[in-house]
Amino acid sequence: MGSYVPNTKAEQEAMLKEAGYSGFEDMFSCIPEENRLKRPLNIPSGLSEMEVLRKMEEIADKNTVFKSIFRGAGAYNHYIPAIVKSVSTKEEFVTTYTPYQAEISQGILQSIFEFQTMICELTGMDVANASHYDGATAAAESIPMCQDRKRKTAYVSEAAHPGVIQVMKTYCFGSGTRLVEVPARDGLTDMEELETLLKEDPAAACVYIQQPNFYGNFEDAEKIAEITHTAGAKLVMGVNPISLAIIQSPAEAGADIAVGDGQPLGMPIAYGGPYVGFMATNSKMMRKLPGRIVGETTDDKGERAFVLTLQAREQHIRREKASSNICSNQDLCTLIASVYMAAMGKDGMRAVATQSMSKAHYLAEQLEGAGFRPLYRQDFFNEFITDCPCGSQKLMKALENHGILGGLPITENAILWCATEMNTKKDMDDVVTIAKAVMEGKEAHA
Amino acid sequence: MALLYSKSHEWVNMIDDTTATVGLTDYAQSELGELVFVNLPEEGDDVEAGTPFADVESVKAVSDVYSPVTGTVAEINEELLDAPGNINEEPYEAWMIRVENISDKEELMDEAAYKEYVSTLSEE
Amino acid sequence: MKLIFEIGSEGRKLSLLPECDVPETAVPEKLKRRSELHLPHLSENEISRHYTKLAKRTHGVNDGFYPLGSCTMKYNPKVNEETAALKGFTRVHPLQREDTVQGSLEVIKTISDSLCEIAGMDAFTMQPAAGAHGEFTGLLLIKAYHTDHNDSRRTKIIVPDSAHGTNPASAAMCGYEIVSIPSAEDGCVDLDALRAAVGEDTAGLMLTNPNTVGLFDKNITEITRIVHEAGGLCYYDGANLNAVMGLVRPGDMGFDCVHINLHKTFSTPHGGGGPGSGPVGCKEFLKPFLPGYQITVDDSGMYHYSVGDKTVGAVKQFHGNFSVVVRALTYILFLGKEGIPEASSNAVLNANYMRKKLDDLYTMAYDTTCMHEFVMDLSELKHRTGCSALDVAKGLLDYGIHPPTMYFPLIVHEALMVEPTETEPREVLDEAIEVLRKLYETAESDPESLHSAPHTTVIGRPDEVGAARHPIVRYIWED
Repeated sequence: MGSYVPNTKAEQEAMLKEAGYSGFEDMFSCIPEENRLKRPLNIPSGLSEMEVLRKMEEIADKNTVFKSIFRGAGAYNHYIPAIVKSVSTKEEFVTTYTPYQAEISQGILQSIFEFQTMICELTGMDVANASHYDGATAAAESIPMCQDRKRKTAYVSEAAHPGVIQVMKTYCFGSGTRLVEVPARDGLTDMEELETLLKEDPAAACVYIQQPNFYGNFEDAEKIAEITHTAGAKLVMGVNPISLAIIQSPAEAGADIAVGDGQPLGMPIAYGGPYVGFMATNSKMMRKLPGRIVGETTDDKGERAFVLTLQAREQHIRREKASSNICSNQDLCTLIASVYMAAMGKDGMRAVATQSMSKAHYLAEQLEGAGFRPLYRQDFFNEFITDCPCGSQKLMKALENHGILGGLPITENAILWCATEMNTKKDMDDVVTIAKAVMEGKEAHA
Repeated sequence: MALLYSKSHEWVNMIDDTTATVGLTDYAQSELGELVFVNLPEEGDDVEAGTPFADVESVKAVSDVYSPVTGTVAEINEELLDAPGNINEEPYEAWMIRVENISDKEELMDEAAYKEYVSTLSEE
Repeated sequence: MKLIFEIGSEGRKLSLLPECDVPETAVPEKLKRRSELHLPHLSENEISRHYTKLAKRTHGVNDGFYPLGSCTMKYNPKVNEETAALKGFTRVHPLQREDTVQGSLEVIKTISDSLCEIAGMDAFTMQPAAGAHGEFTGLLLIKAYHTDHNDSRRTKIIVPDSAHGTNPASAAMCGYEIVSIPSAEDGCVDLDALRAAVGEDTAGLMLTNPNTVGLFDKNITEITRIVHEAGGLCYYDGANLNAVMGLVRPGDMGFDCVHINLHKTFSTPHGGGGPGSGPVGCKEFLKPFLPGYQITVDDSGMYHYSVGDKTVGAVKQFHGNFSVVVRALTYILFLGKEGIPEASSNAVLNANYMRKKLDDLYTMAYDTTCMHEFVMDLSELKHRTGCSALDVAKGLLDYGIHPPTMYFPLIVHEALMVEPTETEPREVLDEAIEVLRKLYETAESDPESLHSAPHTTVIGRPDEVGAARHPIVRYIWED
């Protein structure tokens, strides 16, 4: 069996004796007999390291790894620079905890301060927290930031990611918040409908939109901000951090809060996690931000120092009156995101964004040529929906046979495609060739 | 004008029969330590004697501030939002809210009685 | 030390991407970013050195003893990192069809089954990302259960005053009113106070056992019975599970749902605050409410997703912090049915060993056999010498030891909460004992040197008041 207990049986015996116990049973006499489990755990016996690695490799091999990926929908396959892995596996960062003791945690504190700064730069906002669990929980926890005694209702665009909407719904079930879905039209948030809804609701607290939205389309965020603010509510924007290198920032659009998932910034898709959520806002709402925030100060000799700050917002002090129950952050993921942004720099970030957008447009054109028409004719970033005359599951299987993970089937007749800098022209041409073949095959057999 | 004091360590300065300013006593600020933020109510809010109307934050704690009177907030001391340390430095100058339409009061002490009350606390 | 923005020069960069092989698409004019984007401009060497410097200014479990009470800072095995990095796990998309992610489903099914056995539960969800997130999830189950029974009167959650701040905060996020009950003198639940608190408005109780002062509450069966008789449910905060794995099961103590911290009990690294994982388990009757997917297996051995018919939805996107779950499964398979109770037994032994070797000098908040951690009460020392729990904690920094948890639980004044964990060898414990004894003497002989501690760290005590009064939370470029 495996064990990480260093003390030998003899050492354990000696320690028990020195602590005043005749044995383990004696020590555990503090637990009532009726509560004790009087049998061994019904799980397999332990293994050696070699066996356990082999077993986990066997399990991992049961997953299909695709050489080429055209699926996004909240998990994006971007290039991860080598330096990212090298830095994020440093044991000091991996094995430390929340930096409660600033004097021996300056490294981690400074890295969070740098992350906060980079998120502020990307989003254009004044202040960012040390991160949240993921983009969806960040979106859900932005709602209480906007609520006050008079304003309670939250609005979410139906064009946002359904997974994010689901998490918001679940959080709102908990808090008893009324969450209203704003319908989408032509692949965009229906602004007329939004305006009507808000006009009739003096209790409107906030509106959440995603930019680019779930269908990949660009919303008119500036107009939505105007409608939202006219109604006295706050605008929360869920954004793709890569896109912000070239696209209008949430601050430029007029958002009050910017949230999003940092996964595209150097995190592997890894079956959904861990990723990292980010949250940023203006200085007026700073104290409503949930989670850890690192601030700069000086030490007793006047040297630059970093500390966890504004802690009186948090659960360990404010308990049931805290802005959130969040205690941890996804710190190692913020480190990954920071190193990624440092490695890419401004030009690299622009290149990733531009290439992803350009390739998606190339793919869309080629697919349209093959008979897969776009569902919407809107400006889009690196995702788009096409119809699928040959049946989406059938097409997926055909692509899989060539080691390609196709777009996400939304219905049997519609597919959400995604391209990034990782997809070469040849990969995309292959997809189109296979898709054509499936179409023709279907027609031949029809 | 002589100040009146509550058991939860707020002071009241009655400007006239129905108007007063409210702040924290010197004893309260010294117990709380250096304050880093003050959450004040909004103008127009109703306050009720014996219930919290604000809270004050130190680095490691947050404490409710109770209203000694029932009435309406006419004005808040916005200076405190930027300089919460004023409460530490000059507690009796650093009023937090001005209340009008006062209809009710807690049982309040005069200065001598409050001094006596505080001395019993520090003996504990 | 300089910030990453204060080094390098405009124009430096890495060579990461090839030229674009398709025609460039222009961003529509009105959607273009207008403001400058400031990001570091560095060579790879400079980035590498910057973060190496930051790493050197960070104390991890690998750098030394880390007895941070209630956080279970045990050794993070290296094989876990290898399995989590397997391409079969890192390069699969969360929205792949289930027949192409059978390995991932097997991971979730296998660890769920193991955790059910360890916790005495019937089902688990891997979706919650952290302990507090698990608490929130557990309370959603309780809320959904009462809602399903059209029982809208149950609006209160009972929480002992010794609880972690996350407990009341999680309950508040679920719209509950919090009833805080005082602890008895022995640090355990005051049964009379509990009896007085329960009623038709009780939705549930949140509790950890061993409790937050490190003691096993002997009345636990009675406690959960009282709550159940009032019609409430019992939630087990798994923060302290490392003390009792294979010895006691929350399900057998009468708890209806539980969260487990994989980053504490199951050895996955804390990563500076996360990512962690806080799976939630429950008894059969709560299973239909679980968020996310449950994994089932058919006769042919194929794994499938299934969703509870009364699910609360999702508390996070996709399947939780999957790579963390892979690490925890690796640990469970490695330790097995023998190693898991062995870990707990030694966690308790290491704590009692330290406690016994300090209790002649330091006042123990509760002078009795502890579980995996113990709480010292330094109020007498502070009163006599002026040296507080904070001063002693800062003194430890000069010896390369991460201080215990300070000022928690709130019911003990000047508290230091020590959790050595099972992965520390005896010599490390002996050394820490010696240092703590020495600091006690220093407090008496030279209190001033403790007030000004630490003396050997890269910075001295920071000005936290200044930081909070005038928050500087980002770097600002001058242009």
